[in-house]
Amino acid sequence: MKMKTLSGIAVVASALLILTACDEAKEAAAPAPAPVKSATLDDIRASGELKCGINTGLPGFAFTDDKGNWTGFDVAYCRALAGAVLGDPDKVKWVNLTGKNRFPALTSGEIDVLSRNTTWTLSRDVDLGFTFVGVNYYDGQGFIGRTALGAKSLTELDGASICIQTGTTTQLNLADFFRVNKISYEPVPIETNEEARKAYEAERCDAYTTDASGLAATRSTFPDPKAHMIFPEIISKEPLGPLVRQGDDQWADVARWTLNALINAEEFGITSANVDELAKGTDNPEINRMLGTEGSLGKMLGLNKDWAVHAIKAEGNYSEIFERYLGKNTSLALDRGLNALWKDGGILYAAPMR
Amino acid sequence: MIHKPFHRTHTDMLGERPAPLATVGVMGWMRANLFSSLANTVLTVLAIYLLWVSIPPFLQWAIFDGQVYGENRFSCKGEGACWAWLDQRIGQFLYGFYPSEETWRINLALVLLFPALAPWLMENVPGKRYLRWFSVFYPIIAVFLLVGGFGLTEVSTDALGGFTLNLVVGLAGIVLSLPVGILLALGRQSRLPLIRWFSIIFIEVVRGVPLITLLFVSNIILPIFLPADVALNSVARVIVMITAFASAYMAEVIRGGLQAIPKGQYEAAQAMGLGYWQSMRLIILPQALKISIPGIVNTFIGLFKDTTLVIVIGLFDILGISRAMVSNPDWLGLSSETYVFVSLFFFVVCFAMSRYSMSLERKLDTDQR
Repeated sequence: MKMKTLSGIAVVASALLILTACDEAKEAAAPAPAPVKSATLDDIRASGELKCGINTGLPGFAFTDDKGNWTGFDVAYCRALAGAVLGDPDKVKWVNLTGKNRFPALTSGEIDVLSRNTTWTLSRDVDLGFTFVGVNYYDGQGFIGRTALGAKSLTELDGASICIQTGTTTQLNLADFFRVNKISYEPVPIETNEEARKAYEAERCDAYTTDASGLAATRSTFPDPKAHMIFPEIISKEPLGPLVRQGDDQWADVARWTLNALINAEEFGITSANVDELAKGTDNPEINRMLGTEGSLGKMLGLNKDWAVHAIKAEGNYSEIFERYLGKNTSLALDRGLNALWKDGGILYAAPMR
Repeated sequence: MIHKPFHRTHTDMLGERPAPLATVGVMGWMRANLFSSLANTVLTVLAIYLLWVSIPPFLQWAIFDGQVYGENRFSCKGEGACWAWLDQRIGQFLYGFYPSEETWRINLALVLLFPALAPWLMENVPGKRYLRWFSVFYPIIAVFLLVGGFGLTEVSTDALGGFTLNLVVGLAGIVLSLPVGILLALGRQSRLPLIRWFSIIFIEVVRGVPLITLLFVSNIILPIFLPADVALNSVARVIVMITAFASAYMAEVIRGGLQAIPKGQYEAAQAMGLGYWQSMRLIILPQALKISIPGIVNTFIGLFKDTTLVIVIGLFDILGISRAMVSNPDWLGLSSETYVFVSLFFFVVCFAMSRYSMSLERKLDTDQR
């Protein structure tokens, strides 16, 4: 009886697959329709809220304030997206996801966009069937050590003991890096991140390694943060960014260009404070195109022409968001580093909006 | 020579004397209980040493050096525990993300819970009959208060969190899993093959799978098969899964009780001309349930603690709320304090359940033992 049910489900599922495949084939064959159609966009408009997947709690990226509202760097992106699509950054339904259930939630349609410090890798992009819309934070594995060591870079850490979390890519990256650079070190393997932090604090090791963005958070919990330094080297690539389901390219475009708008806004000096003023029209055609006083970028995306104005008004441009949740004045005190604009020595480079 | 008469026995009563110092009072108790043998003496000394090295530093950290007031973790100076978040965040720990102007509804539901539970838990309650009727309708009232509608502002169940969520899921699971468990236990012993096989398959499949897997299935697999617009409420999904899980265990606990009843009881019930349901209700189950009380309460306590697993599907019970809180840059690194607080909360609830079950056992103890 169980088998029958299962095979029944299989039959229904494959029938659905064939049907959807046919639909896609038809759409591909038809000439591109004039008004753009996006199922996800229509659903969001119909329900009046954007369903956004975020972390269950990560310092700086997603956390609750004293009133119980979600805030943070990843949260701000979804608020900007809701501003672009619905004109109101508060119209977001937050779905908190763990590392395990974030991908099924996106696949099943429980969320429209996943903004949860997710590393862009080939297999996730291709095999899991997602579309990464860009990178909003270039992370990587970093090191923290006591200032008293006197070391300025990792290469001066010869013979040091290093606390690491076992069974992670962190451990492998560490071994690779030190082998390639022919430096000797003494690993102190520890089970969890929190224990590793405590071990470092108890001086069981000279340095401690994990994701660079996490290191700053760790440093801020020490009684005397100034006595510890984060090394400049980042030994692995962890480009984090928002992603959507594959198959709705129009929606992916909206998500991608909202992110680009935030980055370009920083480049053009558009902030949450002056965006209303600039939206009345300026001498700069690039700003005018982006804010909708010239051209028809919004219409191409299937959005209102002032979509970017609402996106920027939500939490400000990229720089404002970064400084508010991760930057120098927060307890995380992260440097822009790689995440600075290409003009300022970083690699943040958004495609032009024309 | 006149000999004095030699007495082997006393001719007069000896006066009362106090018992030897070593057997009474504090000394006697310590001798009998703590230092009765060399091994016991060693263990006692060891235990006292362990308590001495662990308790005073903990109290020093938690209470004497602890700080209760403050804006954020930076206002906590010194070595002690930082309890300042209690001051700022206690609302979230109790009510989750429930809108603060509506929390009176949760409070009211909690207050009404006592008259609803009283007629079932206590013997001498005035107006027991009416209260029983009230408790039948209580779930509807509670859902209405928590979710809203019909005049009250509607609140999404996603806003339920913290202590409220533990209580809602835990209580619903406890109240539902006992009857379901009884039915499954009876079903497993049924003479009707269809019912028997269904019960056996249900119990074995559910018991053979970790609860966390069931929660994942409810959250990840089900939405893939269901049409996209059928959105199952996540709190309801959790209650269904936790109830299914606990009732499978409950069924086995009660089956143990059923099997401990002598066959003569079943036969006597039949001999009196009672039908199946009558004999179960009047003769077998009252005895079987009484034997199973420790196991039943054990399952309840396990279920209540399992409510913390809802974090894996993105619901924020009291433990999840505390984790979300310590990722706020203002409160980073306070995990020890929040874990102590949460474990204290669970201990109080579970210990109360355990004490109640012991008093119930004493009250019902009419056995031949």
